[in-house]
Amino acid sequence: MKKKFLSLLFGLILLPNLSLAGEPGYNPGDVTFVLLSAALVFLMTPGLALFYGGMVRRKNVLNTVAMSFIAIVVVSLQWILIGYTLSFGNDVKGIIGDFSYLGLKNVMGLTVSNLPGYVFVVFQLMFAIITAAIISGSVVERMSFAAWILFIALWTTLVYDPLAHMVWGGGMLFKLPTLDFAGGTVVHISSGISGLVAALILGKRKEGENAPLMPHNLPLTILGAGLLWFGWFGFNAGSALAANNLAALAFINTNTSAVMAALAWALAEWLHRRKVTVLGIATGAVAGLVAVTPAAGFVTPTSSVFIGLVGGVLVYIAVGILKAKFNYDDSLDAFGCHGVGGIWGAVATGIFATKAVNPAGADGVLYGNFGQLLNQLAGVGLAIALAVVGTVIILKLIGIFLPLRVKDEAESIGLDITVHGEDAYKDLIFTGKSVPFS
Amino acid sequence: MKKIEALIRPQKLGEVKEALNKLGISGMTVTEVVGCGRQKGQKEIYRGIEYEINLLPKVKIEIVTVDEKVEEIIKIISESARTGAIGDGKIFISEVLDAVRIRTGERGTAAITSPKEGER
Repeated sequence: MKKKFLSLLFGLILLPNLSLAGEPGYNPGDVTFVLLSAALVFLMTPGLALFYGGMVRRKNVLNTVAMSFIAIVVVSLQWILIGYTLSFGNDVKGIIGDFSYLGLKNVMGLTVSNLPGYVFVVFQLMFAIITAAIISGSVVERMSFAAWILFIALWTTLVYDPLAHMVWGGGMLFKLPTLDFAGGTVVHISSGISGLVAALILGKRKEGENAPLMPHNLPLTILGAGLLWFGWFGFNAGSALAANNLAALAFINTNTSAVMAALAWALAEWLHRRKVTVLGIATGAVAGLVAVTPAAGFVTPTSSVFIGLVGGVLVYIAVGILKAKFNYDDSLDAFGCHGVGGIWGAVATGIFATKAVNPAGADGVLYGNFGQLLNQLAGVGLAIALAVVGTVIILKLIGIFLPLRVKDEAESIGLDITVHGEDAYKDLIFTGKSVPFS
Repeated sequence: MKKIEALIRPQKLGEVKEALNKLGISGMTVTEVVGCGRQKGQKEIYRGIEYEINLLPKVKIEIVTVDEKVEEIIKIISESARTGAIGDGKIFISEVLDAVRIRTGERGTAAITSPKEGER
């Protein structure tokens, strides 16, 4: 009896391998690694919600968090219905995927890059979610929630999906090739530029002139930045799509660039303002993470040192100097961090990439191939064009049916109470009694 | 009866409270407030952009007391809240018309002084 029990137990332990062995060709280590990476990337969106939530005023923290959470809801549905097939379906004229995976049909039994199809679907879904959520950083504290929901549904379909197809799904930039290891062009340039365009169309927040628009809870922001950093290891290392040395290289490059950019920001701030701020260190780290994303699996760790260093300084200049000079209201610097950081990352990939670390990549300028830089610039240009045109059209279209902004009075009271009927931080004194639903 | 309102640096609250306790003054109301006087604001930096904060956090202590104790309390607060730098705060003194102890209905000075021995 005991023997039987032990052999059953042994069998159960082996079961995960056996069940995968039932689908020949899949390496359980790879499958596990990419699924866990997907979960890590998922965590970035709640992390982004806290990162952003701490930087707004206390009356808008819930609305800001909600913009990220609703992106999880909307994009998850969009992705399984139509997003995945538009991004990774069979190529149509180098621009978009066909409907071969509509509603995820035909994904069972599909193999993508030695992974079961659903594993790739779910990993890519997490990228689509956070890309939409990043844009909210440009429009918080004034955009209507209904308009935001419509915007991300349309934006993911009309801007993200075609771009993901062009860069990763076998489209024209993929064939060029434009290198984008984990989404510098697809995720960061597209969201950063769209954020800037949306901020310009919506206009500035009303209270900026007399009441300073300052963060209300920096520890929340620091916690969010920490979760982003942690999740980014799944974002970049997971993009190797296998548990191998390339994944580890991407991991090291990710961390190296983040610390260098944090250091660069701290130094820039010290020289400029004689203070090293905590928000600065966190922002610098995020800038470094953005910058290395397209390069993570194509460059050496020493190249990541430069990518992070320059990325930190460029984002500091964009956020701390240029924004004030041009006087636009990119609330939480989605453009400054992701747009500028992403463009630098794409260019840097064209400079530092080397086949010595990844034969599937290409050599960059430093390794004698000037053409790769041009390929990267083509990707940057196309991403910017698509983001600008797409965002303008979508917002103008939504504006016909819905106001894009909340009313001035709601903006002044705060969006937590006026949009959601909730208050993040209860005051000590409150009166009244609960009113049951009737 | 007089009301003493003292606006002091938040970090001095502990010292002031202890000094008042030694004098036997235990009844007070303390509020976190912001305000500005002759002290200039402070600078804060967020993502490379400097902000001028001209309303600074202070603590307001309110004490209602009998006339004889007013000067002593003012002296104690002034001494224990002083750093010598701009921004130490101010003390305002005003007349109080009446007072009521809610539990007993006592009025006037009886409402703000401790009950006599044996009545506790």
